[in-house]
Amino acid sequence: MLKLESLESGYTGSTGVVVEPVSLGLNAGSFVCIIGRNGAGKSTLMRTIAGLQPAISGDSLLEGCPVSAMTAQERAQAISVVTTDRVSSPGLLARDVIELGRQPYTNWHGQLSSGDRDIVLEATRHAGAEQLTAMPFSSLSDGERQRVMIARALAQSSKLMVLDELTAFLDLPGRVEIMALLRRHARNTGKVVLMSSHDLELSLELAGQLWIVHEGQLLYGTSEALISNGVIERVFDNDDVSFDSSQRRFKLTSTSHAALA
Amino acid sequence: MVTAKPRNITVSIFLFVAAIVAVGLFSLSYGQVFLGMGRLVDVVLSPASDPIATQIVYELRLPRLATGLIAGAALGISGVLMQALFRNPMADAWSLGLLAGGQLGVALIVTAAAFAGPAAIAFLTAFQGMGLTSGAVIGVAVFAALMVALSRRVGTIALLVVGLMLGFTVQSLVSIVSHFSNRVGGRVYSGWNDGTFASTTFGDLSFMLPPIAIGLVIAVASAKGLSSLLLGESYARSLGTNVQRLRWQTLAAVVLLVAPVTAYCGPVTFIGLIVPHFARAIARTSLILPLIPLAALAGGLLAVAADAVVHLPWEQHFLHLNRVLAIIGAPVVILLLLFSRSMKGNT
Repeated sequence: MLKLESLESGYTGSTGVVVEPVSLGLNAGSFVCIIGRNGAGKSTLMRTIAGLQPAISGDSLLEGCPVSAMTAQERAQAISVVTTDRVSSPGLLARDVIELGRQPYTNWHGQLSSGDRDIVLEATRHAGAEQLTAMPFSSLSDGERQRVMIARALAQSSKLMVLDELTAFLDLPGRVEIMALLRRHARNTGKVVLMSSHDLELSLELAGQLWIVHEGQLLYGTSEALISNGVIERVFDNDDVSFDSSQRRFKLTSTSHAALA
Repeated sequence: MVTAKPRNITVSIFLFVAAIVAVGLFSLSYGQVFLGMGRLVDVVLSPASDPIATQIVYELRLPRLATGLIAGAALGISGVLMQALFRNPMADAWSLGLLAGGQLGVALIVTAAAFAGPAAIAFLTAFQGMGLTSGAVIGVAVFAALMVALSRRVGTIALLVVGLMLGFTVQSLVSIVSHFSNRVGGRVYSGWNDGTFASTTFGDLSFMLPPIAIGLVIAVASAKGLSSLLLGESYARSLGTNVQRLRWQTLAAVVLLVAPVTAYCGPVTFIGLIVPHFARAIARTSLILPLIPLAALAGGLLAVAADAVVHLPWEQHFLHLNRVLAIIGAPVVILLLLFSRSMKGNT
């Protein structure tokens, strides 16, 4: 359903190429976690796939249609995005935020049809945000905001959902809940969900496929494949932590233990 | 988006219209000369029977009232647009220096004409409406572009301070410039240090209205995109909004709404800054479309009410429009800064 064709992402300026050309395909219902060290280029890759910034070369195709060739409205109907941008608009209710997800479908002044309202309700319920709708968005906690933003993205009825670092501010149960919700959404509706995360262990556990952005390369595969190939160790191990492939957990190394003792 | 509380909005619109009618009748009858309801009715039914009252109403009070309504509405709507565009609850055409730009534009045009000689003055006098408005349009547009560029570099409060400082700078420049131009072009250029609705005729209104009407249409057309921009630029783009085009479109609307007001009424302060906050509180949302009629009515009401206070039968004319607006507006701004979640601790 989603295909990357020699997609090369980065900037034209001095920053240059961030992720080298990559070609791969994803089936409908895929739930992908994108991991990598800070600054590895996860966000750049995701923004490029979502068409929010132009690719240096290559393209991402959604059901055979190149994202770069879509009109703004077509793209908005096909791809929804949740970013780390903080939204601070006084007077915006959580309900307003979720309803904005229908904008790609509404008329020139954004009037919601009864069909739109049903979709909004459904999305709100799926994201577990029913209790929040009447509250000002700015008064919500980080976790509540994420739920509302996910509900908004669900309301956008897109084939591809791209979520950047959205679990960063959540505690562990919150993260598991959100990631399980997104995985269920992908499985049940046949949508493709790409999310970046700092939580490697949880990603290994829950993702159908992992993308690792490392030194300008995109390495990808199932958790099992990446662990047995030793990719995880190669990318993330350092003097202080090492990956224990049998337990799928990171452990402090002996040198680190010694230093702490 | 359909609003959260449509009934709330309808009721408020009705109340605003009622209040505007009440204040309007009040300011038609009160002034240096008191005209009772009976005389007002006479003016409408048989103008010839009471020429003095007719003259007062049609040449002084009615144009002033209409100007206040139109200018207040235009400023209110432009405030909604500015706050959404700059994503800054303290933004408006005055606080970000756009009115100062318009003022400077008009002053420079008048001065240029004064130095060019009597022919240019005659030309400007003949085409006063167009000349003043285009001067204001250019000035507002240049300052608007400047502030947009600056808003990428500095934060909310810094931008605000820069805007207000631009206002002070221009006030000084205008007094210097008008010293030279007054000798020749004094007729064209007078009473400019303060905002006022009292120096416009019905003829002037015919110049003010068309740009404001076009600005209103563009504002309504931009409302959906501006609503998505409440979530920030990335989200707006992911919702299909062409942010670049939206920016230019909204700025064009602001220029068209604000420039005629500056050209004919001078720098009218505070209305555009505080009215959007009232509108949001009433609509209980910050989605843009429902705010436009509310801001227009609240702006119109605030303008005519302030103007009514200015023109109460005081012993001498001592109150200026902007002083009255400041008495209401400045405390509101202070309260917003102190208690609004989005402004506290913002940089």
